[in-house]
Amino acid sequence: MDPTASIAIGVLVLGVGGALYLVMGARGRRGIATPGQRATYSVLQRAALAARPLWNGLDETSASKAVRHLRALVGSVGLAIGDNTRVLAIDGLGEHHRDKLEAALRRVVDTQGSAVLRGREIACAEPDCPVRGAVAASFPGGGLVALTESDPTPGLVQVTLSTAQFIAAQLALAELDSSRARLARAEVRALRAQISPHFIYNALTAIASFVRTDPERARELILDFAEFTRYSFQAHGEYTTLAEELRSIDRYLTIERARFGDRLQVRLEIAPEVLPVTLPYLCLQPLVENAVRHGLSRKPGVGTVTIIAHDAGAECAITVEDNGVGMDPAVFANGSLSGESTRHGETEPHLGLANVDERLRAAFGEEFGLVVETGPNAGTKVSMRIPKFRAEVLT
Amino acid sequence: MVNPYALPAVLAVTAVTVVIGAYGLRLARSTSDLLVASRTVSPRWNAAAISGEYLSAASFLGVAGLVLKEGVDMLWYPVGFAAGYLALLLFVAAPLRRSGAFTLPDFCELRLGSTRMRKLSAVFVIFIGWLYLVPQFQGAGLTLQTVMGWPYYVGSLLVAAVVTGNVALGGMRSITFVQAFQYWLKLTALAVPVIFLLLHWQAQGRPEVTPPTGNTFLATTTVHFDAPAVLTVTTPTTVTVAPSSTPRLLQPGKHTFAAGSDVTFPAGATVPQVSGTPDATGWLHPGTVPGGLFATYSLIFATFLGTMGLPHVLVRFYTNPDGAAARRTTLVVLGLVGLFYLFPTLYGVLGRVYAPALMLTGDTDAVVLVLPGLALGHGLAGQLLGALVAAGGFAAFLSSSSGLLTSVAGVFSTDVLGRGSVVDFRRGALIGGLVPFILSLTVAALDVSMVVGLAFAVAASSFCPLLVLGIWWRGLTDVGAMAGILVGGGGAAVAVLLTFLGYTGDGLLATLLHYPGAWTVPLAFTVMVGVSLATRRRVPSTVGLTMLRLHAPEALRPRAL
Repeated sequence: MDPTASIAIGVLVLGVGGALYLVMGARGRRGIATPGQRATYSVLQRAALAARPLWNGLDETSASKAVRHLRALVGSVGLAIGDNTRVLAIDGLGEHHRDKLEAALRRVVDTQGSAVLRGREIACAEPDCPVRGAVAASFPGGGLVALTESDPTPGLVQVTLSTAQFIAAQLALAELDSSRARLARAEVRALRAQISPHFIYNALTAIASFVRTDPERARELILDFAEFTRYSFQAHGEYTTLAEELRSIDRYLTIERARFGDRLQVRLEIAPEVLPVTLPYLCLQPLVENAVRHGLSRKPGVGTVTIIAHDAGAECAITVEDNGVGMDPAVFANGSLSGESTRHGETEPHLGLANVDERLRAAFGEEFGLVVETGPNAGTKVSMRIPKFRAEVLT
Repeated sequence: MVNPYALPAVLAVTAVTVVIGAYGLRLARSTSDLLVASRTVSPRWNAAAISGEYLSAASFLGVAGLVLKEGVDMLWYPVGFAAGYLALLLFVAAPLRRSGAFTLPDFCELRLGSTRMRKLSAVFVIFIGWLYLVPQFQGAGLTLQTVMGWPYYVGSLLVAAVVTGNVALGGMRSITFVQAFQYWLKLTALAVPVIFLLLHWQAQGRPEVTPPTGNTFLATTTVHFDAPAVLTVTTPTTVTVAPSSTPRLLQPGKHTFAAGSDVTFPAGATVPQVSGTPDATGWLHPGTVPGGLFATYSLIFATFLGTMGLPHVLVRFYTNPDGAAARRTTLVVLGLVGLFYLFPTLYGVLGRVYAPALMLTGDTDAVVLVLPGLALGHGLAGQLLGALVAAGGFAAFLSSSSGLLTSVAGVFSTDVLGRGSVVDFRRGALIGGLVPFILSLTVAALDVSMVVGLAFAVAASSFCPLLVLGIWWRGLTDVGAMAGILVGGGGAAVAVLLTFLGYTGDGLLATLLHYPGAWTVPLAFTVMVGVSLATRRRVPSTVGLTMLRLHAPEALRPRAL
């Protein structure tokens, strides 16, 4: 074989191997460490592995994934985990003890306590079955039973009890997570009802001015207005596509242009590849509304709103920019982005931004918030990144 | 014979590509244009873009070269490359689009709910991407060597650098329009010259493609052997072997020429046959390729089922607004790709008449590039058409390798290096471009289409079972999928690596290693089904909901609240 070929193969093998190594997270396990450090490491590692499935709540799938690591934590020959009614998963020995395990589980779940089982309570008739005892402990929503080959020791009791506490903490996290998601959904619904009263008033007066002079245009505007409100109040689903969102923005801008005329210029740069991207309802429209309202309406002369959506690998990058009066970045820094405080007796100019920011973070993760670049008389530019795929985010 | 128009043509293609890529976005300046801008890409545009990205160096150069060298058996390559979209259309296109997955790892996460499976599929995406990038860089080296006379590595380096830089800096923003343009460019670059070639062939009284006495050199031809060659001469031929200028008579029988020798054949001489290639009858009859029928079936398995596992093809389906559009797009792609493959085949056939010297040296991949010049002479027409072909070839490397590198860099950035930031993406693009470039310098001896065929084999034995079973069988588990991919895809990957290493054994083992598709694909399916059945308890609890999502039309989809 010629030497260059072997170099090439070496590179390829090393590359793939290196990728595998990085991917499977196998780095940095060995090193110079005291036995104590290694023990801490291995316990925490196991605990992390056991915790991850539990964050999805307690069901058969998550239990069967977690039970292996939990058994390693407890250090028993067998471990069963169950909810309030039945055993969900068993690891190690004990499959043929299912009935007895279930009974033990019910006992501790009912009392919300723990129990030590010996002899007849847990052992079976099979001659070569080594199970001699068990410790059962409950946590809110279920319980676990650890099997042992000898009489249960106080050590096992202690470990089983603290493992139950650990499971309880992880399940509470899952609960917290889902209530956060519920909160985010509630916020979307709340935002739907938040079409600015100013906008309704301004839109209707603008339309009214056309009713006599240009009835046809007035009719079209009313239809646009109707469609716009329908989209904003749509009852089902919390996610929409960028294409739909842009369509709604089009209606909004048509109405605003009836009011501002040629003073409002719009510039768009949309990569068609990102139009099917899924994003929370009404997370772009408030930014455009903001750009029109605060970027232009307080400023004489022509104002331009620029909407850009670009393809950026596994993400989509969206920016909404205006060349209006801008604002002092300090306003954001002192926390008034939450939209609650008022200044000079009027509502803060970025009411919708905080809401959009929170909902984006809730949907895609903390690193996907809004980025606002602004300064007095320097216009405002608001950017967001939307990942093209998130398993949790489905239309 | 450097073609003076080739360099401007290649530069023009590169410039147009970059310009459309950077400025070809849909720009709208008034509100009424917003509706137009928010309209999703139509299936036709999308199909042209997918075809543009798909038709790589293997299709543009390799198919013609293989047909020239091996004959009718090689028609399975174009047939399979096109028919892969039929399998994609039937089994994958619409459900995959409805799933909302952007990449293959995304699909794994969605369907199997397993992070480890996601990582494993990421590794395979990278492997297949690299394997597929190698022949693109090879083709680029060959093209610039042939039309410009530059050293082989310059072309590879040039395309690798242009593509890596462009992808890393995010230069291709309106990728759909670039790729659609590339498709039509490639089609034109092959179709226009072939019309002239056919007219010329007709005007010459249609010289036979496989005359019973063997092809003849139409003009005095000097053949340069890079490697030692054994030629079988059937009729006495007088040749001159450089540096001596005295003619030498070759009697019928076998003659060996050392590497580096230049042999000049007179016009009208019968083309000798190189050991290892079929003679005129063998060229016309199926079943004469090395590896025999097994190799052919392997090829069919790999190409028919491999297309659905190509990362850069699947990513493009995301641009479709819904499942129905994805299906329509695939149908159009079938038509466009099928139309394209008519032409490389014709180049291969005409090459036997006009470019027999290539059969002697084995550089048959160059046939598309040199045929216009050889057939039509080195006048203006021949040179312009030659430049057009070179430009089309360059478009092929640019579009395929940008698409592949984008996919590879994307997977690197999201699944290997980090969570998908821009910096990660750039680093991913650099690594993703460097490795196949180094490889392309060292596997120059393998035919471009062969290497692509191997990439297809790996895709067919890893992602095809995963997608087909994942979409159509609710019993697939994460452990089953992982085992199937490791055994089937891993087996194919090992076979590919051994082939790359230059393993040239004989007998059954060599055939199995060089043509892995026919055993790795069924193996992957079997292992996946078997292990899934054994781990039935690991079927995700949400599988019913996922299946509904994949198969129900969008309008019927249950809305989560």
